[in-house]
Amino acid sequence: MNLPLRLSGLTKIYGGHAVVNGVDLAIEPGKCHGLLGPNGAGKTTTLRLALGLIAADSGTVELVGHPMPGEGNTARARVGVVPQIDSLDPDFSVRENLLVYGSYFGLGRKEVEARIPELLDFAGLAGKEQALVPTLSGGMKRRLTLARALINDPDLVILDEPTTGLDPQARHLVWQGLRRLIGKGKTLLLTTHFMDEAERLCDTISIIDQGRIIVEGSPRDLIRQHIEPQVVEVYGDALADWRVCALDLCKRCETAGETLFCYTDNPEPIIAELDKQPELRYLHRPANLEDVFLKLTGRDLRD
Amino acid sequence: MNMNWFPVWYRNFLVWKKLAIPSILGNLADPLLYMLGLGFGLGQFLGKVQGVPYLHFLAAGSLAYSVMNSATFETLYSAFSRMHVQKTWDAILNTPLTLTDVLIGEWFWAAAKSLLSGIAILVVIWVLGLYTDFALTLWLLPVILLTGLCFAGLGLMVNSVAPNYDFFMYYFTLAITPMVLLSGVFYPSSALPDWLALFAAALPLTHAIDLARPLILGQLPTLPLLHASVLLAYGIAGFAAGLVLTRRRLLR
Repeated sequence: MNLPLRLSGLTKIYGGHAVVNGVDLAIEPGKCHGLLGPNGAGKTTTLRLALGLIAADSGTVELVGHPMPGEGNTARARVGVVPQIDSLDPDFSVRENLLVYGSYFGLGRKEVEARIPELLDFAGLAGKEQALVPTLSGGMKRRLTLARALINDPDLVILDEPTTGLDPQARHLVWQGLRRLIGKGKTLLLTTHFMDEAERLCDTISIIDQGRIIVEGSPRDLIRQHIEPQVVEVYGDALADWRVCALDLCKRCETAGETLFCYTDNPEPIIAELDKQPELRYLHRPANLEDVFLKLTGRDLRD
Repeated sequence: MNMNWFPVWYRNFLVWKKLAIPSILGNLADPLLYMLGLGFGLGQFLGKVQGVPYLHFLAAGSLAYSVMNSATFETLYSAFSRMHVQKTWDAILNTPLTLTDVLIGEWFWAAAKSLLSGIAILVVIWVLGLYTDFALTLWLLPVILLTGLCFAGLGLMVNSVAPNYDFFMYYFTLAITPMVLLSGVFYPSSALPDWLALFAAALPLTHAIDLARPLILGQLPTLPLLHASVLLAYGIAGFAAGLVLTRRRLLR
């Protein structure tokens, strides 16, 4: 059967450096797959390879059953893309943006016009047909970009950081839209560095670092396999003195800046101890995907 | 040839349509001021040039200059906005269309826009009666189109290597301005010293004017095929280089 996307041994080298290094990825139909990684991990390059915009140095890409980049135009007709950088046409209204984008797929004016109300309704932009793009808020622009990506009723939607730069309200609206797409049986591939976003939306996740996929699985499995279930974050001036004590009370400790992360199966003893330390503040929470991500990719800044 | 370039062309047309009137006036004003200001003003002191009033002589130069400018501005500033600032080309590349479709669409669009500029000047030439034989002036239409394709192709090449808008100043200073001054817009190139005339003969604008001037003055161009081939060769070479370099820029 044709998968929406299959990458095998994919490698792309820039200036002697493998930006994508032997990536294997198979995306099941009807699922939402997240590609997570720090800046420069190779996420966007992987997407560009998947779309057939650039050719791999080795390995193969099969997009909706077509080898890439050879059959790029046939394959891209079945795919929708939400790019990282806004590329809406600022000279056009909302409606004109959809009409013109549809024409790139060979869709007639009538055909697109018939789809516009449904798309705008989906994107929460009903009544905004005539609004010019520069008058839209950041969240509206993103949602219009999402609606634009659906103009050809694609089987697979590829989203490159769909909520970067949005406020929480706008992010929730975009998530709601993406969940509805998943509900309709569309396949989604998204990159993000928001772990909560990935945890909320994705059925499976690949964490990519330095061009390689280092782990893959459902968010819950990844948390279970790679990290202790409970976390206590400790902050405060007296942290340096208390750090030694913490090591006896939990399984694993990590320092990041001014914060001590204590990972444990049983948080009670640490909390009891911390309650005796008025100069330390703490936060107790269940482990999440971000803990897995930071454990696997490290806490160093990537630029 | 397939028609995949057409949606790209049509997109640009739709944007242009919104600002059509100021755009046409803008295209018309500059060459018209040159032609009328220099023609009437300077023409008084010059008497006849190559046997005709200076205004008549200047008409062909103004026409070619206007077409060149229109194609150049469209493929430099406007195309750069679409490629680099608005990311319009990137958005199109995510659809079934390819970079070749995008660039052909841009090439033909700039040629169409410069055709319109040329026609605007041609109408002025007709209205002011600056021609000898009306039927011959109709041959200016293909000449305008060829000139537009020539400079649009060259413009796409310059666009493909531009890091920012300021870069285009080099092209104007090093290519466009010398052409305006040497290619026979304001005076016949034969007035130049031999070595400079030889250089001028290699410039595409010279060939556009060598086609346009006789047609306006009621004669047939002496070497029409040569001039047309040179314009086409410049245009195709510029476009091909632009395509290779833009691919290197956007798709690597």
